[in-house]
Amino acid sequence: MHRFANPTRFMRLSARILPWAAGLALVLTLAGLVWGLGYAPPDYQQGDTVRIMFVHVPAAWMAMFSYTFMAVASATALIWKHPLADFSAKAAAPIGACFTFIALVTGSLWGQPMWGTWWVWDARLTSVLVLFFLYLGYMALWQAIEDPQKASRAAAILALVGFVNVPIIKFSVDWWYTLHQPASVLRLDGPAIHPSILWPLLVMALAFKAYFVTVLLVRIRSEINLRKIRAMQQARIAEEVGFAAPPAAEITGRT
Amino acid sequence: MTRKRRRLYFVLAGMVTLGLATTLVLIAFQDNLVFFYSPSDVVEKGVEPDRRFRIGGLVEENSVTRTDGDITVAFRVTDQVHAVPVVFRGLLPDLFREGQGIVAEGTLNGQGVFVASEVLAKHDENYMPPEVADALKRAGQWQGEEK
Amino acid sequence: MSEFLAMGGYAAFVWPSYLIAAIVMLGLLVVSVRTWRDSKSTLEKLQDGRRDRRRPRDGAT
Repeated sequence: MHRFANPTRFMRLSARILPWAAGLALVLTLAGLVWGLGYAPPDYQQGDTVRIMFVHVPAAWMAMFSYTFMAVASATALIWKHPLADFSAKAAAPIGACFTFIALVTGSLWGQPMWGTWWVWDARLTSVLVLFFLYLGYMALWQAIEDPQKASRAAAILALVGFVNVPIIKFSVDWWYTLHQPASVLRLDGPAIHPSILWPLLVMALAFKAYFVTVLLVRIRSEINLRKIRAMQQARIAEEVGFAAPPAAEITGRT
Repeated sequence: MTRKRRRLYFVLAGMVTLGLATTLVLIAFQDNLVFFYSPSDVVEKGVEPDRRFRIGGLVEENSVTRTDGDITVAFRVTDQVHAVPVVFRGLLPDLFREGQGIVAEGTLNGQGVFVASEVLAKHDENYMPPEVADALKRAGQWQGEEK
Repeated sequence: MSEFLAMGGYAAFVWPSYLIAAIVMLGLLVVSVRTWRDSKSTLEKLQDGRRDRRRPRDGAT
């Protein structure tokens, strides 16, 4: 892990991985769309609304995965002070926020025809909404705090505290009575989805993963550049003002 | 110990404490967090009349009757142990039928009938094509909701 | 084809789902790539500026 903590190495490595990740995302998305929209059968009960699953479920999975990634990166940044851990966490947040938004909106679009309502405050939906607010709060902290070190620490703590929400989301449908049904894929008895519907779902899930990697790498590369820019701008200011900080008496004496 | 080690333990201890605190809070709030009661909850624990709550269960077989030219529907919601009669005036979701899971919001009237202001369908986690569902039913293996 | 678009009567729910997901994900990608391009050009300009500004360090006067 220490080898990859070097930003220069990261830039080289990510430059090589990016085209593959992007290509994979594109191919898998196209395959998933064609399969899910064109070839998958309608559900015996939910009819063609089941096709919403091919966007809603991958988005929800990635919303939780992104947060977990962000929390792990934050812990790493806090404990080991890896420079890249910082950037990774910050880069992952908007991606996770987008996935959470998609999960919520497509969930509403699926809930209205099938359940009869756009929204309920049951444990599953509420905890996912909380996840969305956590992402927004995390991003706001980075924006609001001037000093990157302080911002990093505050954001990392929020990310870790908020991580408690992730198992709550997952098990909400088991621990409480909810309108949202229990898990269909990640359950002890194996998937409750027929292969003809499960396979396009898995393809889209992989597509969303590849998309996550692509956007994450792009954003981390930007972060590295932005930090360099900031460092150079501060160095330039230091040069123009006078490099070494002279004792206070000398400054007043000089003017 | 090194500062790194100390930070690690601090983070771990913090997470464990947070987890414990959250668990305790959630356990303490159990009753308040209830999204719906089952028919058994309603029958055994009893709910005061005019208190708004939600009841959830399955639509009992052969219990659905429509009156007023189909505008009002009456049925019984059951959890296989107890059943509560429900009456509802309004639009039912597409998935509503006998054997289907539902969650209704409303109040219990003086005669023990649940007057619903909203009826939502609650479906299970199984997904399959219609042919597979039919085949399972023909083979007597059907474990899901009725169609 | 019209059957495909109708989505069993649920077109108003299925198609907006896909559309919103596409807009959000493509939007994020575009914004991220744009930020990357801007940061890259800014960095290059700063680095060129640095090379050109090779004046001696005479902060004392």
